Amino acid sequence: MSTETWTLIIVGITFAFYLYVGYMNRVRETAGFYVAGRGVPAIANGAATAADWMSGASFVSMAGLISFLGYDGAVYLMGWTGGYVLLALLLAPYLRKYGKYTVPDFIGDRYYSNTARSVAAIATIFISLTYVAGQMRAVGIVFSRFLQVNIVMGVIIGMAIVAFFAVLGGMKGITWTQVAQYSVLIAAYLITTVAIAMKLTNNPVPQLAFTFSDIAVRLNQIQIDLGLKEYIRPFQNFSGLNVFFITLALMLGTAGLPHVIIRFYTVPKVSDARISAGWALLFIAILYTSAPALAVFAKYNLINTLHGKSIQEVQAIDWAVKWEQTGLLKFEDKNGDGKLEMAADKEANEITIDRDIIVLSTPEVAKLAPWVVGLVAAGGLAAALSTAAGLLLAMSSAVSHDVYYRILKPGATEAERMRVGRTMIFLAILVAGYFGVRPPGFVGEVVAFAFGLAAASLFPAILLGIFDKRMNREGAITGILVGLIFTMLMIILIRSQKLLGTPEPLLESFLGINAQGVGVVGAILNFIVAYVVSRATPPPPERIQNLVEEIRVPRGALSPVAEH
Amino acid sequence: MQENRNGMAQAYWRANLKAITILLIIWALVSYGGAIILAVPLYNLRVGQIPMSFWFAQQGSMFTFVILIFVYSWWMNRIDRQFDVHEE
Repeated sequence: MSTETWTLIIVGITFAFYLYVGYMNRVRETAGFYVAGRGVPAIANGAATAADWMSGASFVSMAGLISFLGYDGAVYLMGWTGGYVLLALLLAPYLRKYGKYTVPDFIGDRYYSNTARSVAAIATIFISLTYVAGQMRAVGIVFSRFLQVNIVMGVIIGMAIVAFFAVLGGMKGITWTQVAQYSVLIAAYLITTVAIAMKLTNNPVPQLAFTFSDIAVRLNQIQIDLGLKEYIRPFQNFSGLNVFFITLALMLGTAGLPHVIIRFYTVPKVSDARISAGWALLFIAILYTSAPALAVFAKYNLINTLHGKSIQEVQAIDWAVKWEQTGLLKFEDKNGDGKLEMAADKEANEITIDRDIIVLSTPEVAKLAPWVVGLVAAGGLAAALSTAAGLLLAMSSAVSHDVYYRILKPGATEAERMRVGRTMIFLAILVAGYFGVRPPGFVGEVVAFAFGLAAASLFPAILLGIFDKRMNREGAITGILVGLIFTMLMIILIRSQKLLGTPEPLLESFLGINAQGVGVVGAILNFIVAYVVSRATPPPPERIQNLVEEIRVPRGALSPVAEH
Repeated sequence: MQENRNGMAQAYWRANLKAITILLIIWALVSYGGAIILAVPLYNLRVGQIPMSFWFAQQGSMFTFVILIFVYSWWMNRIDRQFDVHEE
C-alpha cells in the first residue's frame, strides 16, 4: 500500500477513536464542563496536560529548530520543561485547594476586585487566542502535505473534530481525548527517533545514543568543516545573557499559561495536583529528551546522504525528490560542477534544508515502513488538535464563566451557564479556524507575546496571591498593568519590522535582552511595583487574609466568607 | 488552643517553604548553573562522549526537573502527615 493510503487509514482510525472517546465523556453540568467534575486521576491528568502542552509546533518543528540552533536550542528544552517545576512547587497545589474553575476566578477573588478579574480574563483570552491560531494552521498543513487536501479543507475538518468533543464534552471530553492523543503522538515520535538512533548507533534508547555515541561530536566537526557554527559549543546563536533570559521567560510563561494551569483544577485532591505535575513533566520529558537526539541524528544523516553527491545520485533518492516538490528541500547546483555541496555562505550553498522536515522526513530518510509515515502525520494532528482544544476551553471559560457569570449576570442558572459555555467554545473554534485559514502575518511573533505576557502578568499575580498575604488589590492591579504594558511595548518596539512594518527595528534590544526574553524584565517590574504599591496602601480585608491561610493547607474546606 | 493551632500552621508553612527553597536551588543549579553560567568551563568535561555543559543543557537538566517534582510530591506528603494536615 502507498504512504498516502496508510496515512488516510491511520488518521481515519485515530479520528474515529477521538470521536468515540469524546462522545463517551459528554457532560451535563458546569463542574463537568469546566473542570471535568474534579474526577480525573493524577496520572491521566498528567498525560492530558502533556498533550495539551505539546503543540503541533513542538511535534513538527522543535527538533528541527534545535538542529539549527545547536547548543542554544536548550532555551526551548529547558524553558518549556523547567516551568513545570515552578508550576508544581509554587502554583498548582494551592490553586487546586482554592478549587474554582479558572485563572481569573482566583485573581478576581483573591484581589477582591472585578477589575482584576477582567484584566486576568482579557490576558487569558489574548494569550490563548494568539496561540490557537498557530494550531489550526498546523492542522491544515499536515492535512495538505500528507493527504493532498487543500489547507482550507484541512482546517475545516480539524475544526469539526475539535468542535465535536469540546462542545459536547467540555473539559471532561477534552481530557480523555487528550489522553488518547498523547498515546498517538508519543508513539509516533518514539518509533521515529528509536529507528534513526538504531540505524546510526545501534543503540535503541535515543537519550543514551545521544550521550554515548560520537554522532554529536562528528556533526560538530562537519559543521566546522562546512564553515557553519559549532553545534555543541554554547552561545553561538544567542548571547549567554539571552540564553539566560529567554530560558527564564519561557519557564515563567509556561507556569503562567492559563490553559495549563486550569488542568490542575481537574484532579480530586491537593496531593493529586502535586504528583500530577510530576506525571505531566515525565510524559513531556519523554519527547523533550528525545528531540535533541532526533535533531542531531536527522541532521547528521541528511548532510551525510546529500552533501557532495552528484545531482543524478540525489535525483535517484525517492524522498529527496518528494520533499523537493514541497519546497522544503532545495537543490541548486550554483557553481555548475554537477555536485551538490553545502556551505555557510548563502551565495555558494547548494542544499537548503527547511527545519520543518527534520521530523517529518525522518521516517522516509531512515527507510521505515510506510505506515510509520502515516503514524507521524496522525501524531502531528494529535498534538495540534489536543493543544487547540485546551486553549479553546481556557478562552471560552474566561468569557462564559468569568465575564458572563461572575461579572455580568451572577444570577445565571446552571442551564444558562452551560448554554453560554457551549456557545462560546463554538464561537472560539470559528475564530481560531478563521485565523488558521487566514493567518495574520505575525503568527511567528505572537508566541513571544503569549509567553512574555503570561510571564509578566499572570505568573507574578498568582504567585504573590499565595505567598504574600499582605498583597492587596492596589498592588496586584498596578503590578499586572505595569508588567503587561512594559512587555507589550518592548516586544512591539523590538519586533517593529514585522509588527508595524518599519524598515529597521525601533529598538535593537532592551539592554541586550531580545524580544523573547524581555518578559522576565516585565515580571521583575511587576513584582517590584506590586510590592511597593501594596505596602503604601491598606492591607487586604481580613476574610482575604484568612483565605490565603486556608489555601496554604491541604486539609479542610474553605470558610464561607472566602466562598463569597 | 487557637494559639497552638496558629503556631502549628506557621510551622507547617515554614517546613513547606524550606522544601520549596531547597528544591528550587537544585532547579537553578542544573539549568542556570550547569548549562548557562558554567557553560564554558564545563564544556571541557565530558559526559559519555559529549561536553558536560551540552549534556546539562539538552538532557541532564530535564531529567533533574522530573525527579524534583516527584521528590517534592513525596516530601510534601510527608510534611502534611507530620503536621496532620493531610487530606483524608
